[in-house]
Amino acid sequence: MTKDDIYQKVAATLVDALNVDEDQVTPSATLQGDLGAESIDFLDIVFRLEREFNVKIPREELFPESIFQGDPNLVQNGRVTEKGLAELREKMPYADLSEFEKNPTMEAIGDLFTVDLIVRYLQGKLGVAA
Amino acid sequence: MRWIWIDRFTAFESGKSATAIKNVSLAEDHFREHFPGYPVMPAPLILEGLAQTGGILVGEARQFREKVVLAKIPQAQFLREVYAGETLTYHASILTLRDEGASVQCSAWVGNETIVQTEIFFAHLDQARSGAIFGDKNFVFTGGLKDMLGLSKLTPNG
Repeated sequence: MTKDDIYQKVAATLVDALNVDEDQVTPSATLQGDLGAESIDFLDIVFRLEREFNVKIPREELFPESIFQGDPNLVQNGRVTEKGLAELREKMPYADLSEFEKNPTMEAIGDLFTVDLIVRYLQGKLGVAA
Repeated sequence: MRWIWIDRFTAFESGKSATAIKNVSLAEDHFREHFPGYPVMPAPLILEGLAQTGGILVGEARQFREKVVLAKIPQAQFLREVYAGETLTYHASILTLRDEGASVQCSAWVGNETIVQTEIFFAHLDQARSGAIFGDKNFVFTGGLKDMLGLSKLTPNG
């Protein structure tokens, strides 16, 4: 399976889960902002990816929630702390944090969850080279 | 008020699949207005019947300990209308069941005609939302829903 194969399957999964048009799904599309995903959709997406790719995706692995729970060590005044960023890097090594790190507000966290993030996560999980 | 939109389970395999029937009767209140002179079973009530078939299947799989709530139906396309006097068959089979919830493949048909095929996503309320904000009482499987399984054992000579 190539990265493009993964992308095609992820895109089809999102079309089914979120009832969006194929052309809305692009690598940089954000799940919440661009594709209208709500919290329950994240769980639905995880279930579908497990079936589609025949992998186990444990709770908190693809979409970690702990940083959203208001831990004062991780989030202060609506901004993710240095410790919080370290936590994100550790828990989401497949996320591209370069933009987010410039202005790590809680509002911007949703933008981390893009179509490409799911593809990169699955690449790691399936051992597919970039 | 009884909010039960299935009449009887006809097959039930724990943790896997369930089949139930619903006899559509002109005596049901909704036909008065849906529609006057043209009694059509409201599509959302067909979805409710499917959700009850699937919801009981999902609930029973964990011995009714979880608060199983309908979280989402991504899409459902109805192929034809259902009229008073017809019998709907509902089938639900579990695609995924884990701590946070379950995904169920559902279909409804009359005779050999498919009415709708869809997927229903259920959340286990306490697991999907951190912290049991709804307390211990399981408000989902009350009002006779849980009793539907026992009812399926009733036979005319039983």
